[in-house]
Amino acid sequence: MKNPDNKTPGQVECKEASISIKGVSKSFGKIRALDNINLEIPDGIIFALLGPNGSGKTTLVRILTTLLKPEHGTATVGGFDVVQEANLVRHIFGLAGQYPAVDENLTGRENLVMIGQLYHLKKEKAKNRAQELLEIFDLTDAANRVVKTFSGGMRRRLDLAAALVISPPILFLDEPTTGLDPRSRLGLWEVINAQVKNCSTVFLTTQYLEEADRLANMIAIMDRGKVIREGSPQELKDCCGGENYVKLRLFDRNQILKTSELLRDIAGANVRISESTGEISIPALDGTATLSAVVGRLNAEAIQISEIGLQQPTLDDVFLAITGHTAEEEAKQVKK
Amino acid sequence: MMTTVSQTISDIIVMTWRNIVKYLRLPQLLVFNVMLNVVLLLLFNYVFGGAIQTGGTDYIQYFLPGFIAQTVVFGSTQTSVAIADDLSKGLIDRFRSLPMSRAAFLTGRVISDAARYSFLLLIMVVVGLVMGFRFENGFGPAVAGLAIIILFGIALTWVAVFIGISVKDVESAQTAGFVWVFPLVFASSTYVPIKTMPGWLQAFAKINPVTPMVDTVRALFLGGDVNASLWKILAWAIGLIVLFLVLAIRRYKRLIN
Repeated sequence: MKNPDNKTPGQVECKEASISIKGVSKSFGKIRALDNINLEIPDGIIFALLGPNGSGKTTLVRILTTLLKPEHGTATVGGFDVVQEANLVRHIFGLAGQYPAVDENLTGRENLVMIGQLYHLKKEKAKNRAQELLEIFDLTDAANRVVKTFSGGMRRRLDLAAALVISPPILFLDEPTTGLDPRSRLGLWEVINAQVKNCSTVFLTTQYLEEADRLANMIAIMDRGKVIREGSPQELKDCCGGENYVKLRLFDRNQILKTSELLRDIAGANVRISESTGEISIPALDGTATLSAVVGRLNAEAIQISEIGLQQPTLDDVFLAITGHTAEEEAKQVKK
Repeated sequence: MMTTVSQTISDIIVMTWRNIVKYLRLPQLLVFNVMLNVVLLLLFNYVFGGAIQTGGTDYIQYFLPGFIAQTVVFGSTQTSVAIADDLSKGLIDRFRSLPMSRAAFLTGRVISDAARYSFLLLIMVVVGLVMGFRFENGFGPAVAGLAIIILFGIALTWVAVFIGISVKDVESAQTAGFVWVFPLVFASSTYVPIKTMPGWLQAFAKINPVTPMVDTVRALFLGGDVNASLWKILAWAIGLIVLFLVLAIRRYKRLIN
């Protein structure tokens, strides 16, 4: 196996934790899961891959973590080719997938020691590292219980601990907070931020714009197997649906058209109507002032509002702005 | 940096340990397995024993060597199920993303299952002795007979590993196992002498590797000519191990496509 720069796995410096993806494609039967993906992710940052279910995020993570081979194109992780030098790549990343990958019949501690041993750490070192991680992830009380008895959140934390056994220079997290309660989510965000202070690169996928916004230095948005936009969170907000919205729903759907006419007075041409949910939204250029203007205008016409509020832009908004369809519609189409 | 030999061995030990821990934590897996085999042993011996002509010897003497030999054939279906079960869970992705030996996951399964067979065999022998079975050929050949059973068990376990990794789903693995296991066990000299079968079935029974295994074990336990069947079963066992070890590991590596 070639090792051109005499790089030693496990001792990768900060500058060698970059990820480079060149023209990567992958199909499953007729479905084109990834279509010519090109991304350069520098070291020491948090990168977020944002997209709906079925957009290809997990497929890309699986290729970068050597679980799947690309059909076309090449990718390097920490400077190593994911196909030609797969075994070298495996020394320098940690992976926490969408579903906890831990052994149900082992205890929390045994799981972590086992992973350490499979990284070929000395048993003593593997044990010490397991203890450290159990403390960091607040699992010391349950350490000697069989994982079968763990709650979903505990399994998630153990899985993340397993991804950090060797303090990897590169950490892949596939939808790490999906299904977590808000408190666990905050805890996880702290862990992710701490990783970057250790000069690691974090590659995470998410469906939540807010999460990408809070964590990432760089975001790429995926849609139907393609990267359709990349940039910093600010750049994305500026380009695509960055403002807050006033969103509202009416008691009587028959009044939607009339209402949208009325709202043009406030928002000009930027009135959006969602056919499926019956939601009407306009940009809240003046924040709460826009909100009260809307309420006043509709009250004057005796149009009854069932639900109204100020909303942060969501993935749907960004999606709608870039692609002209919502993420939800996209996911449905993928299923078909 | 390839995994070194010592790392490969260490990985195999870790994987074997993980499987054995499961048997220790879920003893019911083994307990029911033992109970099923004891019940079958009692039923076959006392229900069919009187009716089957085995040429003067007690049926238990004829039957027990074959019966304990076939436990490893049936037992191998559990290997397919265990492999398919592991593959259906997220844990396999963790193993495959680690810099561990590509052979360790499968080899660990085979070794832990060989340990399971050995345990089962010892219990069956004890039950057999209580039911009146006697080794007529001395201690050494008896141990050699048990070793042959375990060797052939390991060979079938590699076949079962290949089946498990090919079907990748627990229910299919279970059924797929029985499809090939039933004819192997019944169309052999396990339960009845081959010469009582119709001609076409005799032809199958003669090439069936279970027949030389059972014949060898019977000869080692009770005395008789071992040479005729011993080389056959050794050739079968080694051939199957080499072939299916290569096929299974290749398929494991190809999971990434």
